[in-house]
Amino acid sequence: MVPVLLIGIPLLAGLIGFSLKDVVAKSWSLFASLLVLAVSVTGLCLAKNSTNLQFSIPWMGTLGSRFSIGLDGTGQILCLLTAIAFPIIFISTWKEDYKKARNFFGLMLLSEAGLMGVFLATDALLFYFFWELALIPVYFLASQWGGEKRIAATFKFFIYTFLGSLMMLVGIIFIYWHTRNQSFSLNAFYQAHLQMTNDTQAWLFWFIFVAFAVKMPIFPFHTWQPDTYEQAPTAVTMVLSGLMVKMGVFGILRWLAPVLPVGTYEWGDTVSALCIIGMIYASLIALRQDDLKRLVAYSSIAHMGLMCMAIFAINDIGTEGVMIQMFNHGINIIGLWIVVYLIEKQFKTRKISELGGIAAKAPALTALFIIIVLANIALPLTNAFIGEFLMFSGIYISKATAYSTVFVALAATTIILSAVYMLNMVQRVFYGPTNVRTENAVDIAGYEKFVLGLIVLIILVVGVYPEPLLHLGREAVANLLSKMYIKH
Amino acid sequence: MNSIITSAVLGVIMMFSGIFLKKNSSIVLLAILAMVALLAMAILEMSGFHFFPVETHDMLYFDVFGMFFNCIAFAATLAFFLLSGRDIAAIGHNPGEYFALIFFVLCGISIASSFNSLLMLFIGIEIFSIPLYILTGSDKRNLKSNEASLKYFLMGAFSTGIMLLGIAFLYGASATGSFFLEDLGIGKNAGSPMMMTGLILLMVSMAFKVSAAPFHFWTPDVYDGAPTVVTSFMATIVKAGAFIAFIRLFKDAFGDLKHNWQIFIAILTFFTLFIGNITAVFQQSVKRMLAYSSIAQVGFMLFSILGLNVMAQEGILLYIAVYSLATIGLFAILTRMKDFSFQAFNGLARQYPVAAFSATIFLLSLAGIPLTGGFMAKYYMIASVMETGNFFWLVVFALLCAAVSVYYYFKVIQAMYFKEGPSQELELSPAFNVLLISLALLIILLGVFPELLIDRLHIIYI
Repeated sequence: MVPVLLIGIPLLAGLIGFSLKDVVAKSWSLFASLLVLAVSVTGLCLAKNSTNLQFSIPWMGTLGSRFSIGLDGTGQILCLLTAIAFPIIFISTWKEDYKKARNFFGLMLLSEAGLMGVFLATDALLFYFFWELALIPVYFLASQWGGEKRIAATFKFFIYTFLGSLMMLVGIIFIYWHTRNQSFSLNAFYQAHLQMTNDTQAWLFWFIFVAFAVKMPIFPFHTWQPDTYEQAPTAVTMVLSGLMVKMGVFGILRWLAPVLPVGTYEWGDTVSALCIIGMIYASLIALRQDDLKRLVAYSSIAHMGLMCMAIFAINDIGTEGVMIQMFNHGINIIGLWIVVYLIEKQFKTRKISELGGIAAKAPALTALFIIIVLANIALPLTNAFIGEFLMFSGIYISKATAYSTVFVALAATTIILSAVYMLNMVQRVFYGPTNVRTENAVDIAGYEKFVLGLIVLIILVVGVYPEPLLHLGREAVANLLSKMYIKH
Repeated sequence: MNSIITSAVLGVIMMFSGIFLKKNSSIVLLAILAMVALLAMAILEMSGFHFFPVETHDMLYFDVFGMFFNCIAFAATLAFFLLSGRDIAAIGHNPGEYFALIFFVLCGISIASSFNSLLMLFIGIEIFSIPLYILTGSDKRNLKSNEASLKYFLMGAFSTGIMLLGIAFLYGASATGSFFLEDLGIGKNAGSPMMMTGLILLMVSMAFKVSAAPFHFWTPDVYDGAPTVVTSFMATIVKAGAFIAFIRLFKDAFGDLKHNWQIFIAILTFFTLFIGNITAVFQQSVKRMLAYSSIAQVGFMLFSILGLNVMAQEGILLYIAVYSLATIGLFAILTRMKDFSFQAFNGLARQYPVAAFSATIFLLSLAGIPLTGGFMAKYYMIASVMETGNFFWLVVFALLCAAVSVYYYFKVIQAMYFKEGPSQELELSPAFNVLLISLALLIILLGVFPELLIDRLHIIYI
């Protein structure tokens, strides 16, 4: 029942939201998202293998597809992240006035339903449906409420991801014809590779990988990302970067690596090399960015690259790191976006060169922001440290690649670079002399403190005591890897 | 037989309705009632009630596939009448005749969906082509309409000639001198040069009828020149009828020889997808864009002839249903607009939210976005070809083209939702809006539960 509610509540609430008055839509969607959070936490408290965590009814009988959804380890962390993120997004942008607010909030809730569906689906065709269902509301949100160049930017985003998903569709249909009883179920997909030659797996890998690579994004499929993040309204950017990019990582973990293990081993080095190129390239560009949004966007490319690399290390430490880091990155980047949003709201600019000296006027904002920044560069005691440490160790001891030392060495440079550009940004925005714009800066309001404080709390708690989250992912990782130990 | 005879009789009735009914609205009402009757006859026929026991000497063969197609085509025509009946009557001075011609077209389509002999194929195709030449030119005072009609007639006559030549070759090549489908692909001449010549000539003429590239050159001009309501009918139901004849011919007559001719269909598909999609990108007028998009959609439909399996049969019916409904809905909105350019759609969502929302669903369906029927239709087409294990390159190419198609379909959506435009007066009555939204919901329903439609194909009536 829990997975049904997780998808059903935001879906219904979203549809109802379209017919509400603009004034109440905001409170309505906050209420619905809190309800989802409650359900999600209930799901965590339920016993493993509880029948309430699974749901399956016939859907398209002749095609061999069932409407089956289930809450398990990999999905659970991301469902929790989604459930936490949406109330935070709604509260942090509470004062924002949207034209036709009911449509805005309706679409937001629909995208939450789509995201939940992606993380819950255990049927490939259903997964594909939700994959697109998450995309379409976000496309409309970004192109209707975004910045000046929104139409072109979000259209690029749409075409990229749509083309990626079509490739994945071909891959899914191809695997479907190789399953034993022509079924789309996850378990049937996990068996399908036994019927395929290694060469088939090798080329099929790319058909599915492209969809996920576009979403994450991995170099060279990343060019949509900075433009879209910049042009989308901040609430949507948070959904995009905090949650939707995780769809790519999640996709690889559940629908690619165990489905095509040979392909994954075979292309691991290539993908890791692409990740490294992307990480260094994005970090270097981030150094030169003057726009806060673009800076965060490029830093996100670098972080996602590391996660993708760690999956291809194919061992338990690395994959556990990815699991926890997906959660952490989601929380941290939403924190960053909130601060960017608050700065833009107050000073009407995102240009680093036009800001300065905010710290003296807004101490609370500064203190909270600096912790989030430190988490973003993975300092010990923050949540991201746990994730990145595990991922680096995973890559270092990986048996799946012969170049693990080189990979670790190159990837580690981006950690240094990230410290450089993040701290540089903090220094130029928050310290130094004030200027005309920032002279009369005021500190953030109570509810804004609350949201940022909540994020900082999560950062520190997970950073000091990550065991509950790690525990959540551990069984899923073992399960996943058991499908990948194959005879060479 | 029900559909063929009823549609012909109703055509005659409609032709004389102008004498007794003076008001346009009553003629439209009569046409809608007649259409309901025809649909009921088709459904009864499918359920096993045959009211006209005519001995056809096996020239016609009524199978579930053909009869079910008739039901879909008639239901789509009914939707077309309900949405655009008023606009059909407003083309010119003789509203009764336009409806009569449409019923004759439907009669031709019912023959083309049940032929078992090349002669009946020829007769069916001619019966639905000739009224169309007239309908294309029905806007008599408009030079463009006349030009389109003449162009269509000349090209149509040409393709008819080619078809006859092909039939003659096939007749000569058949072992026993027969026009029956089951006699064509067998015997010692199966696959001989003479037979293949006939087959390819038939393929060319059918490609012309469904406007597959490189035999599509008439399509944009004729679709653009014809009155918009007529274009709507031609691009959907008529095209679907021709397509059913196409797939029936190649499945029943030449199915066993498919390795000889599939490559030609693959080439046709390739060019149709390529030309349809790429040219549609550059159109300035939504009407012309839809003309090219209808070519592009044929490219996807051609996959069913490559697949030629159960899934292809199921898929083509679903494809025809959702494609027709979406296109009819779009054209119904377009007919009410004065200007067909993309700019005319600017800001439509603010003024007419219902029409804009429905149009968005139609466009998403044409683009093949999941949750709409268009996605499931494309899914069936692709999956049916992938089941055969051949032509994988064509599947990948088709998907690239589908991504291109997003560009021009979304241009309309962007105009409606994300751009500001001057306010304009459109005559969209509440009933019209309700119909549009129900069509849109139907398309979503078929996208989530396509088996509601497809399962009908497998029910066996006694």
